[in-house]
Amino acid sequence: MPNLMPALPEIFLACAAMAILMLGVFRKKDDMRATATLAVVAFAVTALLVSGLGSERTTTFGGMFVIDGFAVFMKTLVLVASGLAVVMSVGFLEREEIDRFEYPALMVLATLGMMMMISANNLMSLYLGLELQSLSLYVMAAYQRDSVRASEAGLKYFVLGALASGMLLYGASLIYGFAGSTDFEVLARTFAGGHGAPHAGVIVGIVFVVAGLAFKVSAVPFHMWTPDVYEGAPTPVTAFFSVAPKIAAFALFVRVMVGPFGDLADQWRQVIVFISLASMILGAFAAINQTNIKRLMAYSSIGHVGYGLIGLAVGNAAGIRGVLIYFAIYLFMNIGAFAVILSMRQKGRMVEGIEDLAGLSKTSPMMALAMAIFMFSMAGIPPLAGFWGKFYVFMAAIDAGLVTLAVIGVLASVVSAFYYLRIIKVMYFDEPVESFDRPIGRAMGAILAVSAIVIVAFTVVPSPLVTEAEAAASTLFGE
Amino acid sequence: MIQALVFYMFAAIAVAGGVMVISARNPVHSVLFLILVFFNAAGLFLLLGAEFLAMVLVVVYVGAVAVLFLFVVMMLDINFLRFREGFLQYLPTGALVGLVLLVELALVFGTWTFAPDAASVSAAPAPDVAAVSNTEALGRLIYTDYFYLFQAAGMVLLVAMVGAILLTLRSRPGVRKQDIARQLARRKEDTLEVRKVPSGGGI
Repeated sequence: MPNLMPALPEIFLACAAMAILMLGVFRKKDDMRATATLAVVAFAVTALLVSGLGSERTTTFGGMFVIDGFAVFMKTLVLVASGLAVVMSVGFLEREEIDRFEYPALMVLATLGMMMMISANNLMSLYLGLELQSLSLYVMAAYQRDSVRASEAGLKYFVLGALASGMLLYGASLIYGFAGSTDFEVLARTFAGGHGAPHAGVIVGIVFVVAGLAFKVSAVPFHMWTPDVYEGAPTPVTAFFSVAPKIAAFALFVRVMVGPFGDLADQWRQVIVFISLASMILGAFAAINQTNIKRLMAYSSIGHVGYGLIGLAVGNAAGIRGVLIYFAIYLFMNIGAFAVILSMRQKGRMVEGIEDLAGLSKTSPMMALAMAIFMFSMAGIPPLAGFWGKFYVFMAAIDAGLVTLAVIGVLASVVSAFYYLRIIKVMYFDEPVESFDRPIGRAMGAILAVSAIVIVAFTVVPSPLVTEAEAAASTLFGE
Repeated sequence: MIQALVFYMFAAIAVAGGVMVISARNPVHSVLFLILVFFNAAGLFLLLGAEFLAMVLVVVYVGAVAVLFLFVVMMLDINFLRFREGFLQYLPTGALVGLVLLVELALVFGTWTFAPDAASVSAAPAPDVAAVSNTEALGRLIYTDYFYLFQAAGMVLLVAMVGAILLTLRSRPGVRKQDIARQLARRKEDTLEVRKVPSGGGI
C-alpha cells in the first residue's frame, strides 16, 4: 500500500471533480453557478491540504510522485490562479449564455493535471499529468462551440498540442532507451557528473523534451498557437490559459531540467538561452502592432515566459528563486489585467480592441487606475512588483555570468514598455467614446482590488514571498 | 531457425499490410488491411513471449477499434478519394524529407550506446518471468508499482468522455423521445373512443 498522504490534495481534487460532474448531471439544469461554487470550495480545500504538507521531500507511488517545498509553492500558485479564474468566468459566461455545468468540472480536472505535473517524478507521470491538463484545455478552448473562432482555436490548439506531445514522448523514449529507466532519480544518477558528455542520442532526446515543454509554456519558436488560441477562445478561458497552465508547465520545465538533467546543464543551457532570448524579443516586438487586447496579452505572456526562462538558464537556486517570484507576481498582474478585459463591455456586448479603452480614466477612474498599475508592473517600472520580479531574475543571471542574456532582457523589456504604456496613454489621454457597462460585479471588483493591492504591497513588504520562494527553490537543490 | 522464419513472415506481412492501408483506394479495404496488420503484430508479440499483449491486441484493436473504423467508414458519407488528391504530387517531396530524416537518425543512432547499468535498471521492476505467467506479471506491475499511472490514465479518459459530450451533445427542441412511464400510464379511455356507427352512414 503506497503512502497516500503526499497525494491527498490530488486525491481530494479528483473526487471533487467527479462530485461536481455528478451534481451537474443530476440537477438537470445547465447553469454553472452551483458547480462553480463547488469548484471554488474544492480549490480552497485543496490549497489548505497542500499547505499542510510541509516542505520536506517525500516520494510515493514507487517514486512516481514527489512533494517538496517547490511543489507546495507552485501548487499554491496554480490553485489560487484556477480559483480566481473560476470566479471571473461565472459572470461572463452567464451573460454570454454559454454557461454549462461542465465548465468548472473541466477546470478542476485541468488543475488536477497541473498538480500532477508539478509533482511528477517520472517521465511517465510527467506525460500523464501533462495530457490530463492539455486535454481539458483543448476542450475549454473549443468550449463556445457555436463560435467558429473558438472551434478553430480549439482545433488548432489540439493538433499542435498533439504534435508537441508526440515530440515530448519521442524524446522521453530516447532517454529511456539510453538509461533504461524513466525515474527522475535514476536518471539523475545516470547522468551524474563524471560521465562527460553523454551520447548524442541522449542530447537529441533532451532537446525533444525541451521542445515539447517549450510548446506548453508557449516559448518561441513553439509559440505560434498562442495568439490565435488566446484570441479565439472565450475571454475567461483565455484568462485561465494565460496563468495557471503556464505556471504549472513552467514548474514542470524547471523540475525536469534541474532534476534528472541537472548535471547536463552545460548541454542544455544554450537551448534554454536561445528560446529565452527569442521569446523576449518576439514578445516585445510582435505585440507593438496588435490592436486586439487578447492578442496583445498573448504576446505579452510569450515575453514573460522568456524572462522566466532566464532564471531557468541560470539553473541554480538563485535563478529558480527568481522564477518563483516572477511567476507569483505574474499571476496577480495577469489575473488583474484580465479582470479588466472581462469588464470591457459596451451595451451588453464584449469588446476587445485596445481603442475601446479610450478615456477609461474619465468613465471609471478606479478601473483605469488598477489597469495602469498592472500595465506599469508588467512593463517592469519600479517600484511596482513587476520590476522586482525582473530584478531577481536579471540579478541571478548576472551573478552566474550570463550578462548578455540579462542585457538583452532589459532591452526587450524597454521595448515592451512601449505597448504597455500605450494602453495607459489610451486610457488617460484619449477622449472617451463610449463608457463600459456598469457595475462590473462585486467579485470582479474584489479581484481587481486584491490584485492591485498585492502588486503594490509587494514593494513595501517583499520579504514573505521572497523567503518562501527562496525556501522552495532550495528544496530543488537538496540544501 | 523456424522462429526466425515465422518472425520474417509476420514482419513482412505486417509491413506490406501497412503499405496497403495507406495505398488502398477503397477505405473499406484499408480497414481490412489494418486488421491484417493487427493480427500479424499480435503474432510478433507471441514470438516475444507476450501472449497477453497478443490477445489484447486482437480483442481490443481488431474486435473494437477496427470494427468502429469500419462503422465510421461505412456510415459517414465522406468522399475519401478527395482526401487523397495530390497524394502522388507530394510523394517525391515527402519521400525526400523522409529519406533525409532517416539518414540523420541513422547517423545519430548508428553509434547508440547504453548507460552502463541500463539493462539491470530496466529489468528491475519486472517480476521473474519464469515464476509467474505473463498476465500475472503485467497485473502485478500495473496494479502495484504503476497504480498511480493507471489511475491517472483513468482520469485522462474521463476528461476525454466529458469533452466529447460537452462538444457534441446538443439538446434539440422538438425531438420526440420515448417516455416509458407515460406510455405505461396511458389508459384505454384516453386514447380509445367507441362510437356507434350507423350502417351506411359513416362517421
